[in-house]
Amino acid sequence: MSTPAAIPKAQFDWIPLALVAALAAAGLPLIGSPSTWLTLTVAGLAMGLIVFVIASGLTLVFGLMDVLNFGHGVFIAFGAFVATSVLGAMGVWTTSESAWLNLGAIFVAMLAAMAVAGAIGWAFERVIVRPVYGLHLKQILITMGGMIVGEEMIKVIWGPQQIPLPLPPALRGAFLVGDAAIEKYRVLAVVLGLVVFAALLWTLNRTKVGLLVRAGVQDREMVESLGYRIRRLFVGVFVAGSALAGLGGVLWGLYQQSVVPQIGAQVNVLIFIVIIIGGLGSTFGCFVGALLVGLVANYTGFLAPKVALFSNIALMVAILLWRPRGLYPVTSR
Amino acid sequence: MNLLELKGVHTHIGAYHILHGVDLDVPEGQVTMLLGRNGAGKTTTLRTIMGLWTASQGTVSFEGQSLVGLPTPEIAQRGIAYVPESMGIFGDLTVRENMTLAARSAARAEAIDATRLEWIFGLFPALKKFWLYPAGKLSGGQKQMLAVARAIVEPRRLLLIDEPSKGLAPSIIQNLISAFRELKAQKSSILLVEQNFMMAKALGDRVAVMDDGRVVHAGPMAELAEDEALQQRLLGLSLGAHQ
Amino acid sequence: MIRAWLSHDLPRSRWLAGALLVILVALALAPFLFPGAKALGVAAKILVFILLVASYDLLLGYTGIVSFAHTMFFGIGAYGIAIASEKLGAGWAAVGIGLAASLALSALLSLVIGLFSLRVKAIFFAMITLAVASAFQTLASQLSQFTGGEDGLTFRNPEWLQPSFEPFEDEAFGVLLDGRLFTYWGLFLVVLVLFGLLLRIVNSPFGRVLQAIRENDFRAEAIGYRTVVYRTLSNVLAALFATVAGALLALWLRYTGPDTTLSFEIMLDILLIVVIGGMGTLYGAVVGAVLFVLAQNYLQDLLAVAAGAVQGVPVLQALVAPDRWLLWLGVLFVLSVYHFPTGVVGKLRALALRQRA
Repeated sequence: MSTPAAIPKAQFDWIPLALVAALAAAGLPLIGSPSTWLTLTVAGLAMGLIVFVIASGLTLVFGLMDVLNFGHGVFIAFGAFVATSVLGAMGVWTTSESAWLNLGAIFVAMLAAMAVAGAIGWAFERVIVRPVYGLHLKQILITMGGMIVGEEMIKVIWGPQQIPLPLPPALRGAFLVGDAAIEKYRVLAVVLGLVVFAALLWTLNRTKVGLLVRAGVQDREMVESLGYRIRRLFVGVFVAGSALAGLGGVLWGLYQQSVVPQIGAQVNVLIFIVIIIGGLGSTFGCFVGALLVGLVANYTGFLAPKVALFSNIALMVAILLWRPRGLYPVTSR
Repeated sequence: MNLLELKGVHTHIGAYHILHGVDLDVPEGQVTMLLGRNGAGKTTTLRTIMGLWTASQGTVSFEGQSLVGLPTPEIAQRGIAYVPESMGIFGDLTVRENMTLAARSAARAEAIDATRLEWIFGLFPALKKFWLYPAGKLSGGQKQMLAVARAIVEPRRLLLIDEPSKGLAPSIIQNLISAFRELKAQKSSILLVEQNFMMAKALGDRVAVMDDGRVVHAGPMAELAEDEALQQRLLGLSLGAHQ
Repeated sequence: MIRAWLSHDLPRSRWLAGALLVILVALALAPFLFPGAKALGVAAKILVFILLVASYDLLLGYTGIVSFAHTMFFGIGAYGIAIASEKLGAGWAAVGIGLAASLALSALLSLVIGLFSLRVKAIFFAMITLAVASAFQTLASQLSQFTGGEDGLTFRNPEWLQPSFEPFEDEAFGVLLDGRLFTYWGLFLVVLVLFGLLLRIVNSPFGRVLQAIRENDFRAEAIGYRTVVYRTLSNVLAALFATVAGALLALWLRYTGPDTTLSFEIMLDILLIVVIGGMGTLYGAVVGAVLFVLAQNYLQDLLAVAAGAVQGVPVLQALVAPDRWLLWLGVLFVLSVYHFPTGVVGKLRALALRQRA
């Protein structure tokens, strides 16, 4: 039996990840002051990780079932608004000085947001998405319609105006590291984002369900031929993705310290850019893409504010010119 | 006793009428070869059995029960394993992960039946060597071995295998023949689509020849192997010829 | 002769033909039939949207391309007129230069977008156009010296189109003919002519190739049509028509801002209209625009009546609040995409077909 000369070992493609580090490193001389750089970098990582939490579900749903949900923003919005209600109801906890009570309140708000967003996700999949599997044009249209309806329903329930979402006392303010002010909330966002990332990676790589998802992203038909009812799996992934979006909505709302019904549509563009950069269907790509977007947005926001939104598109174009299918394209596509 | 029976099966793909009334018997415990030139409908037949395409007419019964209209996972769960022409290897997953997936009852790789795994490694040593490598990096022959290995990692009632030898070096083909011979010895039921007639002759107990979406000849392999005129008429060349 | 004007693309349904005729007459005689500023404004908006959505139908309905950048070209047309009139002073020269510049810019942008993005899958293209349109909207708000920023630009029209222009002393049919009405009829004529042109385009050999590409681009390519070329051309044409629509809107409002043309809401409106009206029919744009703009302006009144009826019932009251008209339109949209994919026009034609059989 002939053996090829040398089969390359399972190589981990570290280049895109190195890109993140390189970007951060490049930022330092451009920004000048190390303390400002540190603040901006943490802000960028925090924003990036929040976007990752939101977008991770979307990219898996697309990778697995070829469904692009233009209405993903609905889950973000509902998550954010549910948080306002929960935190409002837990006023005692959110106004207390105790860090534990504050964190507890936020934790409860997150759970509630995830539960509600997940439930809406289940309904969304059933009513809006399921009838249009495989029909891309209709998917785009109908999920947009779903978002319109969702946004209006939020206005029905919570009213059309902006609602403030203030941080509880323990999370306000910043840590001082030398000259740099690092906002406490951003640190929390980074930690949570990394926890979600780790949990996702563990599920995908160490459980059979995760194995099914990764296989299904490459070849749905073969997974079915092996005897697995992948439709059921899809519903599960969709619901999980919606729940994550809801969690992201809470994080985003706290980041902005206010929520508006259009919050979903606002973040939509950003998450699409992230998943295109990352490669549709790749969780790790989504992670790296989100970090890049977060850093770029914050660095350009400081260095050249007028160009801020363009910077993300320019980043996307640059990455696509280098790797046309995204940073970590999934093999089958 | 026939494990699988197709009667008058028609399959349409969109506007195209591919199968025009296929009658096929696959007896239990034997290797049935499905032969025919390109475009005869062999792959379509396998996919129809597997439920990937739905028969528009006719019956497909497995162990006496109808498969028509059932979703593919359900058909697979009745004990039918399918190795498609494209092999269906998950390139980003390791060999280990591919096998774990194929072993439905195993929650993790460690839970795969060790004895069975050893047996498979005996048939296909390369899989043991490249156990932790991404399957996409294997050579064509190795991928084919993995595809077959996945189909047999757990006992199955029926194996549907589509052109396993396509594009492979003769030495690898020998490897596959040995593996199939062992399966045969274990009384596995196999429906094997092949264009490699040396392989067909070596393995087949029964043979069915397709043309234009129909089965035009069915019978014992030995019979066809001896009748060169028949071979010429059905297949355009003889089974003994160099392949 | 009418058949020739319509490029032999007939309504094919008596109801539809009747509706179109009524709409045509109503729009032509709107100043006389519906006196009052609001009604005329509604009519003008309908005209602009007919052109805007019909151009989008060329892209979506006939070529099968989903793009979210259409409002960008709409905005370019509007800003072209506004910026030119403001910087160069009101007058036909400014209008001409502004229009020419915006058409050129639209052509260039649509060409670039088309060539770059049409090589990728439809989903990619849709997302990229979303990002581009969003960036453009931000750009318009940011370059305030040029575009007036968030507040937009107010400017004066050429003399004949100014509301204060009143060449005739006497009224005609009870209405004073002034620059406003001239502007309105100008809109009417331009939209009429350009709609006829669109009909000509989609019923030409070019149009048929577009439809073939929409159905099966693989096969079209195999037969020998360079699909990238056709798709890009369709993109450019749609952009150009949208640009003119923007210019018309600017001339009517004598104002242009980010939210009159570039907002995502308008993109959603376009989608709503084209789907509810009927994709790939062009007449769908007419029927849909009328339904939508009327709903936008008068559905709220209807809802107010309903709201009055359920006063005090907490959830119901919020659901039928007049401000939530978009909710119901959104529900209609979702239902249309799935259950009435051919829209109102398609349904009417199907009914007519069944009656004939």
